[in-house]
Amino acid sequence: MTAVTLPEVLTVAALLFVLGLVAIFTRKNAIGILMGVELVLNSANLNLVAFARFNGLDLNGHVFVLFVILLAAIEAAVFLAICLAIYRRFRDIAADQVRELQG
Amino acid sequence: MLRTLLIDVGKALYLFSGLMGLAAILTWMERKQSALMQDRVGANRARIFGLRLLGLPHIITDAVKLLTKEDFVPAGVPTWLHALAPWVTLTVACLPAAAIPFGHVLPWGGQAIELQLMDMQVGLVYALAIASMAIYGVILAGWVTRNKWAVLGSLRAAAQLIGFGVVLGISLIGPVLLYGTLNLQEMVHWQDTTVLHGWLPRWGIFFQPLAFLVFLTVGIAETKRIPFDLPEGESEIIGYFLEYSGMKFGAFFLADFIETVVVAMLTVTVFLGGWSVPYLSADQGGFVWPWGAHTAVPPAGVALLQMAAFWVKVFAVCWLLLLIRWTLPRFRIDQAVRLGWQYLLPLSVLNTFGTAAVLLIVGQ
Amino acid sequence: MVDVWLERILFYGLALVTVGSALVVTFGRNLVRSAFALFFTLMGMAAMFVYLAADFVALVHILVYIGGILVLILFGIWLTHRVIDLDIRAGRIQLIPGLILGLVLMGLLGLTIRSFNLAARTPAPYRATASGIGRLLLSTYLLPFEIASVALVVALVGAIVIGRRETSR
Repeated sequence: MTAVTLPEVLTVAALLFVLGLVAIFTRKNAIGILMGVELVLNSANLNLVAFARFNGLDLNGHVFVLFVILLAAIEAAVFLAICLAIYRRFRDIAADQVRELQG
Repeated sequence: MLRTLLIDVGKALYLFSGLMGLAAILTWMERKQSALMQDRVGANRARIFGLRLLGLPHIITDAVKLLTKEDFVPAGVPTWLHALAPWVTLTVACLPAAAIPFGHVLPWGGQAIELQLMDMQVGLVYALAIASMAIYGVILAGWVTRNKWAVLGSLRAAAQLIGFGVVLGISLIGPVLLYGTLNLQEMVHWQDTTVLHGWLPRWGIFFQPLAFLVFLTVGIAETKRIPFDLPEGESEIIGYFLEYSGMKFGAFFLADFIETVVVAMLTVTVFLGGWSVPYLSADQGGFVWPWGAHTAVPPAGVALLQMAAFWVKVFAVCWLLLLIRWTLPRFRIDQAVRLGWQYLLPLSVLNTFGTAAVLLIVGQ
Repeated sequence: MVDVWLERILFYGLALVTVGSALVVTFGRNLVRSAFALFFTLMGMAAMFVYLAADFVALVHILVYIGGILVLILFGIWLTHRVIDLDIRAGRIQLIPGLILGLVLMGLLGLTIRSFNLAARTPAPYRATASGIGRLLLSTYLLPFEIASVALVVALVGAIVIGRRETSR
């Protein structure tokens, strides 16, 4: 029996990625979709950190994770601002109800 | 292995009992100090065998009262979530203390014991990260009890804690630039010396007064106490713990005081030299006075003096926080948020730039 | 040997918490419960970062995700529903296609992971990362760092403009 290997960590990350993607795909509520996006981003972060650890603790991966976290924060802020704007206009943030721009 | 474990458990018990003890004393101080400030007699009813002891038995009577009160859970509320909120709050309030160095080393049986629970390279970020989680107990309490006033309190708390959390981080960048480390123990080591020909202790407060003021203000806001007690707002909305009674309310109540102690600990560590005693040097084996005299102190004495100094300083900052709490009235929500975003944030950014510029010119 | 077993138990415990709560995030019927489940996912993630020798990243992750983004998400849920609803039902669409997509993708990812010989790689020993990350950010990644700060300001202004209530002009 050996210590935890890289494929095991990657499998956990892959599971989270898939769960996030399914959430994006099946959630009706816009904020539910945002939660799925966060899961996807997090699984990518886990991959980067895992590769860094199993590559002689290469800190380039950590820097990437920091940028991803920062962009996730930006994305969440703008996303929620848009949600609030949509809610004020339509009184609902279900992604399939807002179809004014649909031809 | 076992020995290390025992030492760790001992350290944890020491720190935890210190934290809890100080928080309990603060509940009494809150009453007695306010009474002194407002020219009242204050807590003086409880007595043990006829002894009033300045009202100190009130700590015990408070605990007994809270423990024996009815534990009320509103109808239609999930009981376990209702019970979770106060304990989340209490746990999160205690956790940052684990990174605080409460002494240097204690010589024990030919071995030096590091007087810090977790010697982390990024101790300061750890404390901030855990402090940012304090909001979950509040949000959970407000949401789970389905009370409009409680939800209002939670929303206020969220607005306040996010805003001030940002400032809390940025206000500490100046000191971090100065010390060149995120490790709290190394910060204290940096401060454990003197400047100006040995007259002035090299404490952060003398180099970063602006950061100290901003940090202390934001620290009060993070503890959600007057003048920043908007989430509670006793005379307006009663607060996020409206639907809690008995010891569950007691947990919220105690968490407030523990947060006060933890903020005081952080302030002491970052700005007031932590465990360092002015003019006392472990390398020189005693006090080195500015006028050249030398008083020898044995190594164990040095360690004990430093451990005592830490608690004295923490107590002094707690006293100052209580003084502020009983002096100022509550801000309105717009005033508090504006203070955070429009005044304290630019001030702390300015402090960061100023510190960086000075460090660049002086050169490390 | 005991150490290895402890390590595995620790890792799989963390993985169980993380993936289990992620399941609630994805399939939970109650949106607020999903958000609180996301809290546990993020905490498990932070613990795994620590396990993978990324101490600084783990703490920044807690600070930003748990202290910021998740609070924003909860805020968003409340401000777009009746605030004191304990039970915010969230509808679902395309559940079956979504599940099929997920399973296919998981299979593909599993095959991809297996197709590389990654199991032989050895983990690096633990060491402090904060100063190394700082050096990289201010040397190799200086331009992305600066652009990120510009992006942050732009997003801040944009979010305020979008989210602001239209007042009389």
